[in-house]
Amino acid sequence: MSETVLKVEGVHTFIGQHHILQGISFEVGADAVTVLIGRNGAGKSTAIKTVMGLLPPSEGRILFRGKEIQRRKPYEIARMGIGFVPEDMGVFSGLTVEENMRVAMLIEDEATYQRLDRTLEMFADLRKFWKAKAGNLSGGQKQMLAIARAIVNDTSLLLIDEPSKGLAPIIVESLIEVINRIKDHSVVILVEQNFSMASSVGDNFYILDDGIVVHSGIMAELVHDEELKSNYLGISKVGG
Amino acid sequence: MAEIILRRWGGELAIAGAIALFLLPLLGIPGKTYLTLTIAGLAMGMLLFLVASGLSIIFGLMDVLNFAHGSLFAWGAYVGFTVFNLMMDWVEADSVLMNLGVFAIAIVIAMIAVAILGIILERVIVRRVYGNHLFQILITFGATIVLVELISVFWGPNDEVMTVPFTFRGNWDVMDVIVDRYRVICIVIGLLVYSVIKLILKKTKIGTIVRAGVENREMVQAMGHNIFLLFTGVFAVGAGLAALGGVAMSVFSLQVYPHMGSTYLLFAFIIVIIGGLGSVTGSLVGALIVGLSYNYVAYLVPWAAAGSNVIIMIVILLVRPTGLFPSGE
Ligand SMILES: Nc1ncnc2c1ncn2[C@@H]1O[C@H](COP(=O)(O)OP(=O)(O)OP(=O)(O)O)[C@@H](O)[C@H]1O
Ligand SMILES: [Mg+2]
Repeated sequence: MSETVLKVEGVHTFIGQHHILQGISFEVGADAVTVLIGRNGAGKSTAIKTVMGLLPPSEGRILFRGKEIQRRKPYEIARMGIGFVPEDMGVFSGLTVEENMRVAMLIEDEATYQRLDRTLEMFADLRKFWKAKAGNLSGGQKQMLAIARAIVNDTSLLLIDEPSKGLAPIIVESLIEVINRIKDHSVVILVEQNFSMASSVGDNFYILDDGIVVHSGIMAELVHDEELKSNYLGISKVGG
Repeated sequence: MAEIILRRWGGELAIAGAIALFLLPLLGIPGKTYLTLTIAGLAMGMLLFLVASGLSIIFGLMDVLNFAHGSLFAWGAYVGFTVFNLMMDWVEADSVLMNLGVFAIAIVIAMIAVAILGIILERVIVRRVYGNHLFQILITFGATIVLVELISVFWGPNDEVMTVPFTFRGNWDVMDVIVDRYRVICIVIGLLVYSVIKLILKKTKIGTIVRAGVENREMVQAMGHNIFLLFTGVFAVGAGLAALGGVAMSVFSLQVYPHMGSTYLLFAFIIVIIGGLGSVTGSLVGALIVGLSYNYVAYLVPWAAAGSNVIIMIVILLVRPTGLFPSGE
């Protein structure tokens, strides 16, 4: 059994008058990639933003390495070692790639520059377009930049919201490779609709629907559970 | 068809239009007068830039409509006025050094005092209304009334005469063109402030974070930066710039009065809208457009001077609804 890194307990979140998360609970261990899946509008992004402190929960607890974080500000949560890649990537398009990375680097010490070097080895395009405006990057390159910003600090938990969205299959392939490398350094929670990506990087899964967790388990089992997939993910039973 | 042309070439058209606008007066104004008016317009534009730039950065980063900005400007002017009165022998001295000295001291003290006032304003009042424009307008309008009343209480409700430092008075005659000395000082101050702001935004980490925040506040927070500290800092800098504008403008217009802020606030809002919300370069260009056109029109058609800025604003918004320099930079 591995240590629990993140524990979400009975969390409720409202956006305006709308009751979006209705008592969500999940747990993430130290040596696995956890995938949140579910239909559009199920509440996956809301769950991630709530963990990050961007949406305040009205009820429930969120524990990161045993410490309650549900009342903390996003910048405090980030400084505890949680990295965040939002659904829209949140790239600063008026800034250069270099400036984007600089804003991300919380401490500019030796270790951070080593991580930066390692990150740029992984994402050669970012080095190539180092002085270019981030707004001019391709969709895939922007996603790489968004991930690079999140791992340049000493993060121990990474929240990534639908990285494959809108990307060509070949780029998704390289993303899978990237996430497989990141998971050696950091725990990863991934929101993913693309089932082939979810199943090739995920160890555990939680299925969300209407703001609650309706199923959870080991990814290897979900791959063969046609009924679950067709009920909640809209993946057709017919095939193979 | 026209729409496509506008969309494709809107920016270039706007800039060409702006240039044409400044050469056009040459048809009706003799060359030397034109140069004098141009210097007057540049000086006025630079002073307005000092007020508008703070307003624009505060709006860009914090999405706050700060109607109290004008009263901060007035406070700056009054603090400068007090420093001048306390050091009147330096103001009246026939010495460039002493005159520049008292001017610099007045500016620094006014900027510090008003920056502190700005911090209090942000912490106590503005912070409560982030994200709600209507409340921001109401509450900063309320703060204006209080701040202006406080000026009346401390300094009296009447106009006071601002003394121009001795060596700043009068003109230079450059090949028959009359060049007011203080106007040149104003232009230099404006250029200096613009360069310093740009340098900070471009070259320092904190400046880069502010530019990032203008684009996406939420993301800057999620990357571990205390956005509230940043807001307070930017508000203080904006207030300090308003104070600098207040001191410089009071020497320019030879007077201070409690309501002086409201006149210039209107100009500042027009400039920020012309230039693009959140853009410092936009504020500079917008301020110069307003300053120059005001002076040309005041010479050609005196009664139309005040209205001309509004007309320019409307024309620019029709061509480019987001202003000349939309977002950032
Ligand atoms: N700002 C908002 N105001 C009102 N409702 C919102 C807002 N943001 C999200 N919602 C609603 O909250 C619900 C959950 O949204 P969320 O973005 O978390 O879904 P998701 O699972 O990430 O979906 P997707 O797969 O489309 O990204 C949706 O029904 C959505 O309409
Ligand atoms: Mg989502």
